[in-house]
Amino acid sequence: MKPAPFAYHAPHTLEEAVGLLADFGYEAKVLAGGQSLIPTMNFRLAQPAVLIDLNPIAELAYIRAEADGGLRIGAMTRQAQVERSEQVARSAPLLHEAMPLIAHPQIRNRGTIGGSLAHADPASELPAVLLTLGGRVQAQSRRGARTIAAEDLFLGIFTTSLEPDEILTEVYIPPVPPRSGFAVTEVARRHGDYALVGVAAWVVLAEDGACRQARLSFFGVGDGPVFANRACALLQGQRPDPALIAEAAQVAASTDVDPQSDIHASAAYRRHLVAVLGRRALTTAFARAAGG
Amino acid sequence: MTTTIPIRVTVNGRVYERTVEPRLLLSDFLRHELELTGTHVGCEHGVCGACTVLFDGVAVRSCLMFAVQAHGHEVMTVEGLSPDPNHLHPLQQAFHEAHGLQCGFCTPGFLMTLVPFLQENPDPTEEQIRLAISGNLCRCTGYENIVTAVRLAAAKMAGRPVAAPTHHASS
Ligand SMILES: Cc1cc2nc3c(=O)[nH]c(=O)nc-3n(C[C@H](O)[C@H](O)[C@H](O)COP(=O)(O)OP(=O)(O)OC[C@H]3O[C@@H](n4cnc5c(N)ncnc54)[C@H](O)[C@@H]3O)c2cc1C
Ligand code: FES
Ligand code: FES
Repeated sequence: MKPAPFAYHAPHTLEEAVGLLADFGYEAKVLAGGQSLIPTMNFRLAQPAVLIDLNPIAELAYIRAEADGGLRIGAMTRQAQVERSEQVARSAPLLHEAMPLIAHPQIRNRGTIGGSLAHADPASELPAVLLTLGGRVQAQSRRGARTIAAEDLFLGIFTTSLEPDEILTEVYIPPVPPRSGFAVTEVARRHGDYALVGVAAWVVLAEDGACRQARLSFFGVGDGPVFANRACALLQGQRPDPALIAEAAQVAASTDVDPQSDIHASAAYRRHLVAVLGRRALTTAFARAAGG
Repeated sequence: MTTTIPIRVTVNGRVYERTVEPRLLLSDFLRHELELTGTHVGCEHGVCGACTVLFDGVAVRSCLMFAVQAHGHEVMTVEGLSPDPNHLHPLQQAFHEAHGLQCGFCTPGFLMTLVPFLQENPDPTEEQIRLAISGNLCRCTGYENIVTAVRLAAAKMAGRPVAAPTHHASS
């Protein structure tokens, strides 16, 4: 129950950090909030030879609103800071609503937004939120910076398209049009546990009340967040009445997801939850879009 | 590779200087290096909350931090709560009075979680209290008396009248 030995570096700038990561390559891991990495090190499931601690890098912690309503959040911003930010509540209500679903207050005090996305646990909330919102991240290495869209970031279980020498530096959430509505909901065994199944929904209504756009991503049902393509296509251009919403959720459950059984839940139960949670999230999101 | 690193950490207002291996957890640093064994260790993967301490005033899991990360920072443990050995912190007093503990293993973690919570929420609802302690496991007292203790502490600290428990109601 104790970590294996490692060499420790605590750079104060991003430039130093990417330099260290380039030098040490596969031997090294970056340490963000440590709320996923340190448990795996305590159990020796991870034994990095070098840890590069990002915590002293002040330039990676910020929440900035763009003039057009977009939002930029530094990777080392604590989950608790995102949760409490009025700016986030205004510009990205879906993200705001998802934060309390992550773990417990003490974990969110330390865990970071960038760490959660880089860790890419298939049952975690933020990857699905980012995918639903059509967000993207910035990655930095000594070779340069690049932008990765959410749909290109999550490759599989605990796997992203970040290269071993890249640090995720920023999360970008685009502005949302008027008549948008959001909802995120999940079923977990105990409050604060990873979800058995969860869903993040964003819908936009046209002026005549038809669905202009629906975006729905599930978590806990695949190797990463799963975008419900068929359910979203079904809603497009239609009047979102209860029958249509139920049908879309059913389509998501039977065709968009392919959940596995594990000790926590059977595949059949997960599919059932997709239909139920999908319906609830869409109902709430459409009602909010119509109301505000 | 197991080079050691000198660190300087303020714990409960006192400055400690030690030289440690990077892999030493903050929880083990407090318990083994500083002999502050009030911080308990239950699971070492962030689930039980027994190891909760304040790091620069914020409640964190000390089993999910390395001691080297505390260099230049301030830690407060349960030992730092009471002003002197003869007086309890009002929250400790309330746990005592409301039977908010039985074996006491989980108690330091609950206390260190709740001290900043009560500072931010001087008059919390039951729902807020239950959410605040959702990351702390108690295997023997049960949560009812803990919630009662928190309400009692909040009332006392704010100088509000304390509702008498029903079985003590006299008139
Ligand atoms: C008891 C418990 C319950 C939890 N429940 C949930 C939950 O319900 N939902 C949920 O989403 N999470 C949950 N978590 C995980 C928590 O949200 C973590 O904080 C998060 O997954 C990782 O963020 P971190 O900042 O702690 O990253 P770390 O643990 O420091 O890092 C995780 C991984 O990501 C890499 N990494 C981190 N930051 C970067 C970066 N900027 N660039 C490149 N790579 C990076 C690290 O090298 C490491 O491999 C839980 C954790 C615990 C202990
Ligand atoms: S010992 Fe740290 S949370 Fe259990
Ligand atoms: S008092 Fe015994 S575990 Fe809580």
